[in-house]
Amino acid sequence: MKAVFRREFKAYFSSPLGYVYIVIFLVASGFLTLSRDFGRMLELRQADLASFFDYLPWLFVVLVPAVAMRLWAEERKSGTVELLLTLPITLEGAYLGKFLAGWSFLGVSLFLTWPVAYQAARLGNPDWGVVLSGYLASLLTAGAFLAVGMLFSALSRNQVVAFILAVAASVAFLLLGLPQTLETIGNLLGGYVEQLFASLSLVDHFEALSRGLVELRSLVFFFLFTIGWLASGMLVLDRTRAT
Amino acid sequence: MEGYSKPAAGELLIEVQDLAKHYGPIRAVDGISFEVRRGDVLGFLGPNGAGKTTAMKMITGFVEPDRGSVRVAGHDLANASLEARRKIGYLPETAPAYGEMTVAGFLEFVAEARGIDNIAAALDRVVQAAALGRVVHQTIETLSKGFQRRVSLAQALIHDPEVLILDEPTDGLDPNQKASVQELITSLSAGRAIVLSTHILDEAERVCNRALVISEGRILVDSTPEALIAKAPNHNVMRLVLDSTALPDLMTSLEGKPWCDRVERLSETTIDIYPQRGENHLGALMELTAGLEIHSIHLQEGRLNELFRDITRGVEA
Repeated sequence: MKAVFRREFKAYFSSPLGYVYIVIFLVASGFLTLSRDFGRMLELRQADLASFFDYLPWLFVVLVPAVAMRLWAEERKSGTVELLLTLPITLEGAYLGKFLAGWSFLGVSLFLTWPVAYQAARLGNPDWGVVLSGYLASLLTAGAFLAVGMLFSALSRNQVVAFILAVAASVAFLLLGLPQTLETIGNLLGGYVEQLFASLSLVDHFEALSRGLVELRSLVFFFLFTIGWLASGMLVLDRTRAT
Repeated sequence: MEGYSKPAAGELLIEVQDLAKHYGPIRAVDGISFEVRRGDVLGFLGPNGAGKTTAMKMITGFVEPDRGSVRVAGHDLANASLEARRKIGYLPETAPAYGEMTVAGFLEFVAEARGIDNIAAALDRVVQAAALGRVVHQTIETLSKGFQRRVSLAQALIHDPEVLILDEPTDGLDPNQKASVQELITSLSAGRAIVLSTHILDEAERVCNRALVISEGRILVDSTPEALIAKAPNHNVMRLVLDSTALPDLMTSLEGKPWCDRVERLSETTIDIYPQRGENHLGALMELTAGLEIHSIHLQEGRLNELFRDITRGVEA
């Protein structure tokens, strides 16, 4: 797993793709944070990162599938999956190695947003516990979307198809947590189902964490969500690897 | 398979039992069984789509068989997959490698994944063996197809494996590179079991000490290349060119010889003499023609291609 992790992590920086991704992520997140139409951080002049964190999940639904799409689709298309899975590495080890590399890369991208935190510190005295909790929420959300994207990358040899399917699935999970969606579900299927869907909402757990509410149920949610998608992705890869 | 001889026995390194794989209605491999011993270089011969590559993918653990079992160096691939895979060096048909990596970086990755302690020494050994010194710091995607195949061969050798599975190892190489890879395979054969697939029959003849002819997922012949050649239609046929006046008497005399199967007259001065059972009777012919004015005698070697065509045509029919 270590060898796969190292190879994959280096691969992000051995082609322009990784740098392009980081630049797009930083520019887009900066724009959403500072824009008068979105985060309005400079106008609100609040010493917190709510303006930054609020829009991150929406940025992730597009950008994380871009990181995930190549992870298996490219291996299958180029045939290197045959090389990789005949090495003395378990499929699970290879899968987790790639996931951790992608997640670490996303972590590096998030780390590079430190100037936003610096700006908040210039505006006042931010609650650093809340800031850290927000970064934890962002990292967990990025990992969750990465696990979703990896499944579709294992499903299709075509990176574009994998990307579109991953974006669609990620958007669906975000929409599921919106009040309008939940209300519609409640009207159609009843209050119990509405509550069930609300408890599965990624947005709710993200928002709770990003506001400094570090609850076990949110951590367990992200853990189970990510592990569930990873395990499903491993099953898919096991079925599709030789096709 | 009657009449074909097998090489002497060594330690069993590959045991394949009743291996089968279907892709929907297509029968890719249909219950093949064979063993490969230390020192064997086994050639998988067969037309495209015969099942050679699928069989290799199952032996390396990449494809799960529908039925049957594979043991590599005593490890059952189904129950001890990692142990079995540690013993195998594998060159897939497309010689895949990570194009954005340098040759050295790629080989280091494979060495690390295989848990090799002295990576630098392993790298030196395979770079030398596969003659990659000139390109070791180049990215793989910038290399020619021949070099890319050699890089893939190098990764298969990096852990000095007991079992080598090579799918079309010389495909895409120029004649000099082919010869050098064939020499390398021959030099590696001592102490290892090597399985290679090829549709170049001359290659099997040059490199292998055993040959499996596969067609439509089934093993048709398990033999040595030499024994196969001996079964080839023109093996040890003698072409004789001599003075036309001596020909009728010689033909009469040849037809009375027990070692002569038949004589075919090709022209006024040329005949082909077919020996019984493809045996070599050049000495007897020389005795018989002593004193005659001989222009030339040519002893033909049976070509594997001819036998291969005969065998596989039979199956297709």
